[in-house]
Amino acid sequence: MSPDSGAAPAADRADDVLRLVDPAGTLNERAAAGMLDVTGELVRGLYRDMALGRRFDQEAYALQRQGELGLWLMSLGQEAAQAGSIRALRADDRVFPSYREHVAALCRGIPPAELLSQWRGASHGSWDPERYHFHIYSLVLATQTLHAVGYAMGVRYDAADSVVLTYFGDGASSQGDASEALNWAAVTSAPIVFFCQNNGWAISTPASKQYAGPLSERARGFGLDAVSVDGNDVLAVHAATRAMAERVRAGGAPGLIEAHTYRMSGHSTSDDPKRYRDHAELARWEAHDPVERVRLLLTARGWADEDYFATVASEAEELAARTREECRALPEPSLSDTFRHTLCEETEALRREREGFETYLESFL
Amino acid sequence: MTTTATTTTLGRALNEGLRQAMRDDERVILLGEDIAALGGVFRVTDGLAAEFGDRVVDTPLAESGIVGTAIGLALRGYRPVCEIQFDGFVYPAFDQIVSQLAKMRARSRGLLRLPVTIRIPVGGGIGAVEHHSESNEAYFCHTAGLRVVACGHPQDAYDMLRAAIACDDPVIFYEPKRRYWDRAEADLARPVDGDTLGHARVLREGADATVVAYGPAVAVALGVAEVAATEGRSLEVLDLRSLSPLDTTELCRSASKTGRVVVVHEAPVNVGLGAEIAATVMEHCFYDLEAPVERVGGYNVPYPPARAEGDYLPDLDRVLDAVDRVCAP
Repeated sequence: MSPDSGAAPAADRADDVLRLVDPAGTLNERAAAGMLDVTGELVRGLYRDMALGRRFDQEAYALQRQGELGLWLMSLGQEAAQAGSIRALRADDRVFPSYREHVAALCRGIPPAELLSQWRGASHGSWDPERYHFHIYSLVLATQTLHAVGYAMGVRYDAADSVVLTYFGDGASSQGDASEALNWAAVTSAPIVFFCQNNGWAISTPASKQYAGPLSERARGFGLDAVSVDGNDVLAVHAATRAMAERVRAGGAPGLIEAHTYRMSGHSTSDDPKRYRDHAELARWEAHDPVERVRLLLTARGWADEDYFATVASEAEELAARTREECRALPEPSLSDTFRHTLCEETEALRREREGFETYLESFL
Repeated sequence: MTTTATTTTLGRALNEGLRQAMRDDERVILLGEDIAALGGVFRVTDGLAAEFGDRVVDTPLAESGIVGTAIGLALRGYRPVCEIQFDGFVYPAFDQIVSQLAKMRARSRGLLRLPVTIRIPVGGGIGAVEHHSESNEAYFCHTAGLRVVACGHPQDAYDMLRAAIACDDPVIFYEPKRRYWDRAEADLARPVDGDTLGHARVLREGADATVVAYGPAVAVALGVAEVAATEGRSLEVLDLRSLSPLDTTELCRSASKTGRVVVVHEAPVNVGLGAEIAATVMEHCFYDLEAPVERVGGYNVPYPPARAEGDYLPDLDRVLDAVDRVCAP
């Protein structure tokens, strides 16, 4: 394995990877060319989303280490890819996430406790997808891409003008469902954006072992529109997603965005990335930290001062405290409820089984 | 209520069931391979594309995609009806059915409804090539969150399909493919009756033994009862209709009444539905039984080449032999 086999920062990649802000926080000429109307308000908002998302992820990690969660899948390093994309959508645009889209979920207003519930073992999925237009997580890779395409077909039947966005990863792109979904979307012209967070690693398998040709080329082969972006540049992600979502909304071909980012933590709290990746790779990516880049931009432009950063930091601490508190207050799940939710109406057979279970429990009283 | 019974085939009854469901509810969408212009390889969707246009979707040849997109349509408020072209082609969709469709309601703690019907032509007896004659109901009966049903004659084909489409749960709907052309009287204008979905039905009353069957084996069971009657034996034929959940009330009522039970299905006997039926009868009717429950079904081998399927499928003689065994003094 070469040290670069997992992923190289987008700076080292070809010019067709869209970037608006370099790692030193400088807007480039593409940004100046009006690709995006970059305002202080926009950048401050995205910075806040990313900073809160990072603090939340850090707190969830700590909660797992304290035994409050059974497992946590860290989003560290992927804040720009998620905040930049979700903020480019309308609130009624439906999102089908994979399982690491915590920053995007927070942006949609999903409460921290509901995000932690399934990792605590309190549920398999907690929030109401209708309320947040954000489906519950899918743990079997790429399955959600097909759900998203079907949902988008429904949007088209309804003659509605919302679009659907589905998140998946470099590992998931190897699944048959991903190819079926890309093809299906193209054939049906479903109003959908596929958003691949290529974070370099699928547990221990580098992206170079998932695909040899660029994902954007694969998407074009299916008949989709496709772009590659620097996934650690929140403005590039935002611009690309907004442009594609609006094109799809206006009836254009469905599309795919490949965001080159980096999973700065292990796959999960059970993982040990030291076993398979070089520390030097992580160090290279740390120089491309997505949150730091935006902080530098805000400072350089005079769009935010120390007071602003202090305010966001204190908001982040409040979120962390709320996350801790709500996590510990999550109700214990009830097996009896599972019987009731297996089918829309509890059948005679399910009722008998549930009553047998409850009678058994009562025998201990 | 006036009845409008006509003589029809099972395939035609299904076709009419789909047509009425689509007329009654514009959110019913059909997804499948070759179901629009061709009308499906068994012509069950014949003429529907002409009437309903883009609500009948010729999909790419991708079964996981058919079920996966049906889930998405259901989440959007539609009632998709998927056609899997042949029983042996359902396995590429296995994850979408078992891990996604079946579990999504429970995963969402009852917030989501998945009214998806998956029609599968099932079983052998038509001289087909391999993967076209399988009976895979046990896989789906073993999965919580699915309803699994099988129709055996035209009236049930119509009634049960309409009930399946109207049901808010995912339904695996088995159609006995060698019975598509069987004719019988049926009323194809009856209102939707949800009760047809969860309940077994006695098709022929009898006193000496109960033959339990479903799907393509129902006709075999009725034939057995006919022949047994000429030998002086009175057999009760119970059409299970619902494979999951099992109608244990009706099953046990009949088993207790006759005290003798033979289960017939095309699927291999090994870990087949007959085992669950035998265990259920043993648990609930042990002291009413006069003989051990007999199971007649496929052998524990891959489905054989067409010219050998006559030896594999449970037929009149094998079932009559089993009846002899349970009725032996």
